[in-house]
Amino acid sequence: MPKIFINEKPIKVDDGITVLQACEVAGIEIPRFCYHERLSIAGNCRMCLVEMENSTKPVASCAMPVAEGMKIKTNSEMVEKARKGVMEFLLINHPLDCPICDQGGECDLQDQAMAYGKGFSRFVEKKRAVKEKHLGPLIKTHMTRCIHCTRCVRFSEEVAGNNQLGTVGRGEDTEITSYLEKTIDSELSGNVIDLCPVGALTSKPYAFVARPWELKKTNSIDVFDAVGSNIRLDSKGDKILRVLPRINEEINEEWISDKTRFAYDGLNHQRIDRFYLRDSNGDIQESSEETVLKLLKSKFSETDKKKIFSLCGNLLDCESIFSFKSFLKKIDSNNFDCRQDNSFFIPNKRSSYLFNSTISGIDDSDLCVIVGSDLRKEAPIIGARLRKKSLVQDKNYPVIRIGHKYDLSINAIELGNSYSSILNLQKNMYKKLIAKAKKPLFIIGQGPLCSPEGEEIFNYLLSLHNSLVKDASWNGFSILQNYSGRVGALDLEFYNKKNTKRNNIKDIYNGNYKVLYLFDADEIDFSKIPKDTFVIYHGHHGDKAVSRADVIIPMPCFTEKEGIYVNLEGRAQISRQIKMPIGGVEHTWEFFNKLSTEMGFEREYNSLQDIRNSMFDQYPNLMKINECKSEKLFKVKYVKRSFSKNDILSNISNFYMTDSVSRNSPTMSSCSLEINNNI
Amino acid sequence: MKKENIIFSNLYGKHDESIKGALKRGDWKNISKILKLDKQDIINKIKDSGLRGRGGAGFSTGMKWDFMPKTAGRQHYLVINADEGEPGTCKDRDIIRNEPHKLVEGCLISGYAIGADKCYIYIRGEFYNEAKILQTAIDDAYSKGFLGKNILGLKINFDIFIHYGSGAYVCGEETALIESLEGKKGQPRLKPPFPANVGVFGKPTTVNNVETIAVVPTILRRGPEWFSSLGRENNTGSKIFCISGHVNTPCNVEEELGVPLKYLIQKYAGDVIGGWDNLLAIIPGGSSVPLLPKSECENVLMDFDSLKNAGSGLGTGGIIVMNKQTDVVGSIARLSEFYKHESCGQCTPCREGTGWIMRVMKRLENNECSFEEVQMLEEVTHQIEGHTICALGDAAAWPIQGLLKHFKKDILKRIQKKNVA
Repeated sequence: MPKIFINEKPIKVDDGITVLQACEVAGIEIPRFCYHERLSIAGNCRMCLVEMENSTKPVASCAMPVAEGMKIKTNSEMVEKARKGVMEFLLINHPLDCPICDQGGECDLQDQAMAYGKGFSRFVEKKRAVKEKHLGPLIKTHMTRCIHCTRCVRFSEEVAGNNQLGTVGRGEDTEITSYLEKTIDSELSGNVIDLCPVGALTSKPYAFVARPWELKKTNSIDVFDAVGSNIRLDSKGDKILRVLPRINEEINEEWISDKTRFAYDGLNHQRIDRFYLRDSNGDIQESSEETVLKLLKSKFSETDKKKIFSLCGNLLDCESIFSFKSFLKKIDSNNFDCRQDNSFFIPNKRSSYLFNSTISGIDDSDLCVIVGSDLRKEAPIIGARLRKKSLVQDKNYPVIRIGHKYDLSINAIELGNSYSSILNLQKNMYKKLIAKAKKPLFIIGQGPLCSPEGEEIFNYLLSLHNSLVKDASWNGFSILQNYSGRVGALDLEFYNKKNTKRNNIKDIYNGNYKVLYLFDADEIDFSKIPKDTFVIYHGHHGDKAVSRADVIIPMPCFTEKEGIYVNLEGRAQISRQIKMPIGGVEHTWEFFNKLSTEMGFEREYNSLQDIRNSMFDQYPNLMKINECKSEKLFKVKYVKRSFSKNDILSNISNFYMTDSVSRNSPTMSSCSLEINNNI
Repeated sequence: MKKENIIFSNLYGKHDESIKGALKRGDWKNISKILKLDKQDIINKIKDSGLRGRGGAGFSTGMKWDFMPKTAGRQHYLVINADEGEPGTCKDRDIIRNEPHKLVEGCLISGYAIGADKCYIYIRGEFYNEAKILQTAIDDAYSKGFLGKNILGLKINFDIFIHYGSGAYVCGEETALIESLEGKKGQPRLKPPFPANVGVFGKPTTVNNVETIAVVPTILRRGPEWFSSLGRENNTGSKIFCISGHVNTPCNVEEELGVPLKYLIQKYAGDVIGGWDNLLAIIPGGSSVPLLPKSECENVLMDFDSLKNAGSGLGTGGIIVMNKQTDVVGSIARLSEFYKHESCGQCTPCREGTGWIMRVMKRLENNECSFEEVQMLEEVTHQIEGHTICALGDAAAWPIQGLLKHFKKDILKRIQKKNVA
């Protein structure tokens, strides 16, 4: 640990850090624009200049590594002069349009000009004006405000991995652009809005909507994919106005995907806020809670329990699922499932459906095998983590990939598209490569696991993994779940333990059930449900299901209730309530209370805490918020050695529209239209 | 300078520049004897000779070579900076044109000394004909067995590749040159790490100017003592000066360092147009150094240290002479325009500052500035100087600082006159 002197105070700092970081350790603020902890060092803004002994010029502290005995001054005249000078240069061509700039109030340039600037301008020439760029439906540009810190360029190269942003021109004519002004084709593009220290890149949907100091900030978690990114929801009144990432090194670092960031506007569209019944003409008519409860009572008591099937959806919190499950237990219905996609897992073996390595475990791994997972569409945050590993941390990090090709911007060994290509892993060359790795990471997507061959593929890969990996302390066999509610539902055992054949959905289509209760489940093919099946839809969006449902029951969406979600690593996190449910809709558990009293059972829960208490009794791991318990792998006996020639496809074909909320989001629709060319 | 001490005997292209002529002039003579020397021996000899880089900064060449890692295993590169773009400088061009074998031979010897077996010559794109001549010289050296595999049976491998620049002045800065050579945008890198550790393709690299490398064979042949006997202490050897501007016979000339500026101009360039007394100012080392007024030019010696003491610098040795018919403000304004155009735009002070000072200089040229703005201009140049990643910011600031140092009174008088009228 080298000892250095900052403003004559000695301090011991870690080896290999920069002067800027050392100053932070010492509690001294160094102004900066281009420096960012998670991006490479550019050293081009020159705002962080400090005085160093034995150097006639001030040095850029962000790029200068610490050395033993170094003497740094951050408060000298030289430093003050340098900062004032750089600040003046940054401001001469920066427009004075703060009153109409969306960055106003949270602008680095504004703040630092106050702290380190001169307070007056000597520049009388004409200011530079730069044409705006078209970067798509998410990012609004105002390039005259750009201070050329190149954070966005470095982000697109190093984190998003698409190289779609860059600088053109030279000197003061330098411009940041996407070259041909094409829409940025990245699932992480929204992060450049946060990175931009000025108002050059701002959010298009949030343009001219609010000022940061007017907003109520609520820390919550994201539910649009299974990663469980930590977010901050900014709201005004009962409207959510924007979503920002929160730092969580274990999960999303400080990035979030575009769906997380922008799909919130779907919460204001097509909401179900009252009860509906389908009449004899096939039209849906508004109804009342009493009527619906009576109808459900008669349906549930008249129908043979074996002919009732319940499906729960992908965005549900644990409390809702638990209250639904305890209702089903009361009426003695055992046919229920949380998988609308028939995904394969082994009951009561958590390691068969979790991302066992954990997300931060990617950093420790030394090889990656991806089988049938489109990381860009399924979990862009995990894609970015893997990219960081292979582009920044370890340039020789081997990645082996099987499944349909897509551009992940990681150099990978491609072993083929089809299920039979999985057998290529058996080849000596790759076997040796995997065996050589100390901590190999296997990422298995939902595409292959949901296919008819899911079980065989799971067993094959697990036995291969077990035969090649010797280190028992490392569990890198990771299943990539796609939906935020899935792991919680599996933890709550929302499936029929007796029926492991994965034919539930087929049975529904075959008309084996008379009553189908869709609890926020929208992802099945409604045209295949037989006409005489009575369909109950309990959900928050008038999406696909309502076209078929006979009864529609409203429920609050995830921002309107508090609930526990378990992310793909098995980490329980709490999603917070931002506003009251739309239309005064009651809580899900309250509805099930009413339904069970209607059916003659005793009222069980009086509050969310009641549900939690009894849930934690049965499933104590849900109580451990933010903790991630590592699970042991197990052995498999039967292993099949031949697979079909079918292509392995991802479960998600359109990143921007994966659930009832994002399908109803205008922003996501325009992304889908501009980027994927479909809607 | 004595005729026998001249290094570039064919500087004016009066003789054959091909390998035949070069061999006749003594190039490649005893090359195997030189290559049998120990690597460190060569570096020490260059150190003893006191050779300082001829590209502008004047850093000790031997010391630079000594910075290269000595342990074997990593690929080393030698890169020759032939991106000669400094206004007022045209020495490298004539070396490549008329003495290409001095450069090629220098590459081989220097490359051997620093442990490199690959050499890139980054040549300015506009030097198309010169690059062709150089390529012929390289080809001839290959066919004679001076380059390639197992040179002269000494188990030394050495290859030279020519790479064309695309016209950016900043690519003459060594790290920007490396970036450009790697196929990236020519923008200077942050230092540290220095090229000696992380250079081309991340490997140890030495970047040297054409003239520096071209004198190396002669130094080794005639001995470091001979080289250090020329010039003054700490400013040894000879150097090519490029005299241009208001002189009767603009020329390139090789002279000992420490030669008086006045002597140089009167002896070789046929004096200032209109006579020595008609001299206004001289920029002594290419456009990037501050100018010297006539009073300073009378006695100043042309070498690194004395020009530094006079408030300027030797730079590349491009002497730009301005007589009294010159609008000195306009001339410097033109240089400001050049630096604004050539700023790479990477770091703030240079990107924003060069445009600003150019605009003020343009107004100053037309006397449309207030007194306060002249003061401000000087402050702004100091705000750029020393705050940038590379030296281009300094280079943009110095000419204006030199102008204001020596001609402020005249400028203020001009503004006053305009205001009165």
